[in-house]
Amino acid sequence: MPNFSNILQRHYEHTPDKVSITMLFAGQPDQPVTYRELIYGASGYVQTYTQHGIQAGDVILLILQHDVDLLYAYFGAVLLGAIPSIMPFLTEKLLPERYRTDLAELVSHSRPTAIVTYREFELEIRAALKPGEDSIKALIISDRAEGTANYPCPPDFAAFGGFQRKEEDIVLLQHSSGSTGLQKGVALSHRSILNHLDAYGKSILLNQDDVIVSWLPLYHDMGLIACFLLPILSGIPVVQMSPFDWVRAPHRLLQAISTYHGTLTWLPNFAYNFCAQKIRDRDLEGVDLSSWRASINTSEPVKYKSHQMFYERFKSYRLRLETLQTSYGMAENVFAVTQNDLTTQPYTEDIDRESFTSDRIALLAFDGRPTIQMMSCGKPIPNTTIRVVDSKGHDLAERHIGEIVLKSNCMLSSYYNRPDITKKAFIDGGWYMSGDFGYMVNGEVFIAGRKKDLIIVGGKNIYPQDLELLAYEVPGVHPGRASAFGVFNEITGTEDVVMVAEVDINDPVDRQKIADGIRATVTRGSAVALRYVHLVRHPWLVKTSSGKTARSANKDKFLKEMQEKEQVY
Amino acid sequence: MTETILEKLATYIATEFLKQPGRIIKPDEPLLSSGLIDSFHLVDLSLFVENNFGVRIDDADLNASSFDNLAQLTTFIKEHQ
Repeated sequence: MPNFSNILQRHYEHTPDKVSITMLFAGQPDQPVTYRELIYGASGYVQTYTQHGIQAGDVILLILQHDVDLLYAYFGAVLLGAIPSIMPFLTEKLLPERYRTDLAELVSHSRPTAIVTYREFELEIRAALKPGEDSIKALIISDRAEGTANYPCPPDFAAFGGFQRKEEDIVLLQHSSGSTGLQKGVALSHRSILNHLDAYGKSILLNQDDVIVSWLPLYHDMGLIACFLLPILSGIPVVQMSPFDWVRAPHRLLQAISTYHGTLTWLPNFAYNFCAQKIRDRDLEGVDLSSWRASINTSEPVKYKSHQMFYERFKSYRLRLETLQTSYGMAENVFAVTQNDLTTQPYTEDIDRESFTSDRIALLAFDGRPTIQMMSCGKPIPNTTIRVVDSKGHDLAERHIGEIVLKSNCMLSSYYNRPDITKKAFIDGGWYMSGDFGYMVNGEVFIAGRKKDLIIVGGKNIYPQDLELLAYEVPGVHPGRASAFGVFNEITGTEDVVMVAEVDINDPVDRQKIADGIRATVTRGSAVALRYVHLVRHPWLVKTSSGKTARSANKDKFLKEMQEKEQVY
Repeated sequence: MTETILEKLATYIATEFLKQPGRIIKPDEPLLSSGLIDSFHLVDLSLFVENNFGVRIDDADLNASSFDNLAQLTTFIKEHQ
């Protein structure tokens, strides 16, 4: 089996002038990057890394934004045989001290040898480091000015350590977000990723006429695998814009599809609602979406209503209904676990609400009783096997809801340096426990909630305990007396984050101050915006027998109270 | 005029984004950096500004570096009117 470096060399030698990636920037001309430029840029970084004494097998942390530098620094690490990992950039919302704490946590667990970042961010990073104590040997400043170290240069493939990497060697780490997520890096081997690209490529009928368009961040598996490694290693052109540009101007995605004849996109569910509701007609003049063969909805619960809304809004721009597709995935299986058949629309069904919530069985609707609409995420991709099991690991019958467990030839090697949590993630026979609930019908997989307490907003995983710890920092909020959870919002197509806190103070002005304090502290500590801060009186929160916050019970109680106040959900 | 713009913005943000119509937002109260509004609201906010104050806003104009409170946003609008 070839490794990443062999594949990159082949593209460089066979199609050096082919544009691999086109980078879009707000207010600037589009920037095409050919395979030659990619390899030259990456080779400049190999030199720099080598000068800093970085070796094959070392972890290199990249704290860079959407730009060619991130591209070059990433593949430079690969060609050196080192292990790149992208960390989200500091945003205006996040408190710098919190960012430094998160970074220090990541460094202590993943033990990177080097960090690459911008000059203006250097002091921020240095403040998080402990020279002589932590693993960091080099802080490398991304600077492509002529004459500086990482200036692009021709490759010296014979000297690059990346070619000696074996298929089972780890090629990259992916971290989830937040304090909890940053402590466990998903380590993936060359073999796992290449097996995945092969299997998933077949599922999506990937071909040389494809053009991928994306606004997704590269520190997330959907952006990194589907919209970065898949196209670049497969020789498929990709057009990328920054998530920050997209969220301010969502029409740019559709304009890019039209301009570059885009065929494939991956989007989290909320993006369908967001585009349908926010894009103005004046920004769609001349847009033609007829080249778009699949837009794959994944990384948060998929909703048929979101597809309908999107289709109705853009059908006059030649969008086809069968373009709207679904998948279910996780970084631990590289990316996708299932994919629906792209030649038809995803299978949807109405199921009986009461059997679903009370008996955990997805029965088809009957007798005109209240229903829930479910949309399938498709069937397992060719190299992945799925089972739905009960809490003892026994197989469940069709339509019975249980935990999804999986096995494949593209699983993670480990959570990096975390044998403790790696071991806990698998059950007998090497089945990985996804932590997601679901059921199967005719091989189609439906996702039905989560076992783990996890909030997913816009495709981003948020650990509620991270948010609760932040709330406890606010004067007036006692440790153990707050509960965070997500509540699905039909209008936005994703979850709203709710914080309920028990507060003893009665004065309304003081209560407002506490609510504002919770909002500000959580946002600045996690970059997550709370939609509802609900202050209640003790005893309101439901606790488990061990005294922990029972988040799903608190969520049910919150929803009931909101309904009584006639707030819409 | 300035007061009107500021008041209209405050009412809109309190009602539509915060779902707290009675919430008073001070002119110098941080909006984005405090988490009161987030980046997903920026498109709505620019639409509201365009429709109510006759200002045409380009994609990248309205962001964390152009304003973080109502006073700055009001100044921004007046400069573009």
